[in-house]
Amino acid sequence: MIVQLLTSFIASATFCILFNTPRRMLLPCGLAGMLGWMVYLLLSPDWKPVVATFFATVIVGAVSQIFARVFKMPVIIFSVGGIIPLVPGGLAYDAMRRFVEDDYITALQVAVQALLLSGAIAAGLVLSEVLGQMFRRRRV
Amino acid sequence: MDSPENNTENNNIYEIIDLCLLAGKIMLQNGAETYRVEDTMTRMAAALGFPGAHSYVTPTVILFTTSRTEQPKLFRIAERTTDLQKVAQVNDISRRLSQRKLTSAQAREELAAVDDSAHAYPAWLRVAAAALAGGCFTIMFNGRYSDALPALFVSGIGYAAAAYLQRLAQIRFFAELTASILIGLLSYLAVQAGIGAETDKIIIGSVMPLVPGLLITNAVRDLMAGHLISGLSKGAEAFLTAFAIGTGIGLVLSFVA
Repeated sequence: MIVQLLTSFIASATFCILFNTPRRMLLPCGLAGMLGWMVYLLLSPDWKPVVATFFATVIVGAVSQIFARVFKMPVIIFSVGGIIPLVPGGLAYDAMRRFVEDDYITALQVAVQALLLSGAIAAGLVLSEVLGQMFRRRRV
Repeated sequence: MDSPENNTENNNIYEIIDLCLLAGKIMLQNGAETYRVEDTMTRMAAALGFPGAHSYVTPTVILFTTSRTEQPKLFRIAERTTDLQKVAQVNDISRRLSQRKLTSAQAREELAAVDDSAHAYPAWLRVAAAALAGGCFTIMFNGRYSDALPALFVSGIGYAAAAYLQRLAQIRFFAELTASILIGLLSYLAVQAGIGAETDKIIIGSVMPLVPGLLITNAVRDLMAGHLISGLSKGAEAFLTAFAIGTGIGLVLSFVA
């Protein structure tokens, strides 16, 4: 578990270097990614991957909103880094590889799964954003 | 400092449109979400005295019009990368413009500087970051530690190759295809040489820096938000990249297996 958390932290932070995130934001970005991956790991034994990904992304979104207010940066800086471990890049690649290898049935299954996971991530981000907006409006 | 009314009178309306378009262009080229680009442009226009401005943003084109001009202006976007620093900077400029802490002339200067600025991290650091990310992903996908080390090197080399080839050929598909062929070959050779255990785990970790996972998510998100054209074209872009990577790896595997 600790190894998983450490690697997800490093993976998120290093990905943010690739995306040219401002230097002092790398730590919070890694933190957001680590939190998301932690939630995913905790939920994944009991829940379907799509559901686990959805809740993990809601957490990432919420953390990103908080970081965005604290550091006065756009939310995207943190949410991009945060969802990196959850993003179904490996599945997208796997799907394409199976297509190329003529294994169409498996390829379609994997592709649909990747699409659903992407949908879960997008929905999670949108939900946390909407919740954040509602919260802000109530306070003002 | 000028009052907003003065601003409007002193400035040519086309200059204001250009200013908003420049901000939109920088944001879109560097990976901001569609809604954020539209929002920033209309906010900037409102701050400069055009509250009824409209924009239409797709990944390849920005259309922008203020209510008082007849002709909308169009801007073509050819190249897209992800550079969050520039997105944050433009966001900041637009916010200060809205708060009247910045005149339009100052905003133009700052935007031009942001547009010209280079990547904040040197190339070797980016390659090192890609390498580290690849190694970490191998472990996160339940690979063994013995697979993480080759993945570290393979993903670094793969990312460097993709970045170099893209500058050389300007065609992303070609760069990604060649890089993934290289990744497949190196992973296979590493396992053959006894450095790694599972070719698949090394490959999956190593392609992660190239894979368009983020683009897929953004595409779905745009679709959900009702930006249908943006969503579809981002989806197409993501599909092409995934196709290039899949083809490259598949090519290698079908030759060696």
